Amino acid sequence: MDENLKREIILDNYQNPENKELIDDDSYLKVNQASESCIDNLDFMMKIENNNIVDVRYDGEACAISTSASSIMSRALIGKSVDEAKRILINYKNMIEDKEYDKELLGELNVYDNINKQPNRIKCALLPEEAIDKMLGGLENEK
Amino acid sequence: MNKEDFPMLEGDLVFFDNGATTLKPTQVVEDMDKYYSEFTSNIHRGDYDAAIETNTLYDETRNTVKEFVNARSEDKCIYTSGTTMSINMVVFSFMKSHLKKGDVVLLTKSEHASNILPWFKLKEEIGIDIKYVPLNKNYELTLTNLKKAMTSKVKVVSIAHITNVIGDIRDVEKIGELCREKNIYFCVDGAQSVPHIPVDFTKSNMDFLSFSGHKMLGPTGVGCLVVRGELFKEMDPVFLGGGMNLDFYSDGKYELHTDETKFEAGTPPIGEVIGLRSAILYLEKIGMENIHEHEKKLKDYLISKLEKMKNIKLYNTNSDSGIVSFNVDGIFAQDVSIYLNKHKIAIRAGNHCAKLLHEEIGEHNTVRVSMYLYNDFLDVDRLVDALNNKDILKEVI
Ligand SMILES: Cc1ncc(COP(=O)(O)O)c(C=O)c1O
Repeated sequence: MDENLKREIILDNYQNPENKELIDDDSYLKVNQASESCIDNLDFMMKIENNNIVDVRYDGEACAISTSASSIMSRALIGKSVDEAKRILINYKNMIEDKEYDKELLGELNVYDNINKQPNRIKCALLPEEAIDKMLGGLENEK
Repeated sequence: MNKEDFPMLEGDLVFFDNGATTLKPTQVVEDMDKYYSEFTSNIHRGDYDAAIETNTLYDETRNTVKEFVNARSEDKCIYTSGTTMSINMVVFSFMKSHLKKGDVVLLTKSEHASNILPWFKLKEEIGIDIKYVPLNKNYELTLTNLKKAMTSKVKVVSIAHITNVIGDIRDVEKIGELCREKNIYFCVDGAQSVPHIPVDFTKSNMDFLSFSGHKMLGPTGVGCLVVRGELFKEMDPVFLGGGMNLDFYSDGKYELHTDETKFEAGTPPIGEVIGLRSAILYLEKIGMENIHEHEKKLKDYLISKLEKMKNIKLYNTNSDSGIVSFNVDGIFAQDVSIYLNKHKIAIRAGNHCAKLLHEEIGEHNTVRVSMYLYNDFLDVDRLVDALNNKDILKEVI
């Protein structure tokens, strides 16, 4: 993907983030994801029905990278089964950490394929991944 | 001023993060190097030349510090690891045995974590009450509000002399007078004042003054707690060990030192104390009035530029120290910080450890510029030029 196009997608998702609004609903899984080393702080919530992710939301204060990544990630996961979501998360994490990954699974999330060149941005890009991973982990513990 | 003494400024770095820590002049580093390469030794325990030299410097530095903040000869200067440890020492070596359930400690919401959390812990332990004196519309502490808050239950006022986000200089002389009249302990967090303005322990009737070496051209790992002489006698050490006891016996009896070393168990940061001394001598040569005046000029200049920029929201145009806090419209503070780093400008983004302040200013995070003696008008111009850019976000991604 062209670098300028990537930048535009990131910028657009920062300035007009999707799903950036929490609701009061106890049927959602919830987690707060704050970084200890920087000042990003987002609350996430996710609804799962019949093993499918039907909604992902988040809100809080965070930088351009973690906000845009949360926006794109939420879009990528809504409508996926839990297993599909896990595959996306693993491949996304591998991409951010500069390991082998399957590009085909990641769609728009591929805009972050160069972020590992900016070490101080890696944790920003991983923020939504960690939050959702935690919520899915919590789900397994309940079983 | 004196840019040439700071090796980190040889390139094109603009260092505006002095509230967090300051650069070190060659003189300080050389004086510490000498200890590490020419007369390394422990204190209080040796009779050889190096030990005698070390001892003298270590002990004399207490007087250097006391003169620097105008403490009386009977007041004490305890070496600590920095402001945080100093304030913890006030709380746990003194207040814990002098306060009781229901006694009120007055703080403000612009205090640094280190002047809040130890008090929270004391509240958990002995049930003191913590009250916050309301700030005015400029987020500053006024005497009127303080007086109103000083009920008969108030036993302690613990505040920063200069706050680290708003940068307002509290009128410690008047506050000290009020505390004295009402028999209230007056504890001052001098982390942001001792390095930047003249501080007068005696005239301000302070009981405790805490500060850090690394924020005043000195090394990390050392700071001071200056204590009013009479109160020092009532302090009890939290840490015990070598270097602070006279003797101890198998039945559990022990006798402790009666001077400052009672609170300096174990081998202290000797090289760092020597560095602190060197930093104070350096600052004295320039003069604290001159440093303050210089920073204020730079701050006024920066504000005059930023005020003209529509996309900048300023939080503390009113305050008199060299701290400027702001946000850029639509851009997260940390993105501004990452962007400025690309222009070799070091500032800080965040809540600056003043995590209650957002309740007042309605903003969790800000960009903070904090000046020091080596900053100049060109530094300010570089910052303003960098901020005068419509494409900050694009550059930062
Ligand atoms: C007002 C204030 N108090 C206390 C501290 C804590 O200082 P230190 O981290 O050196 O203990 C700071 C440092 O940021 C400060 O600005």
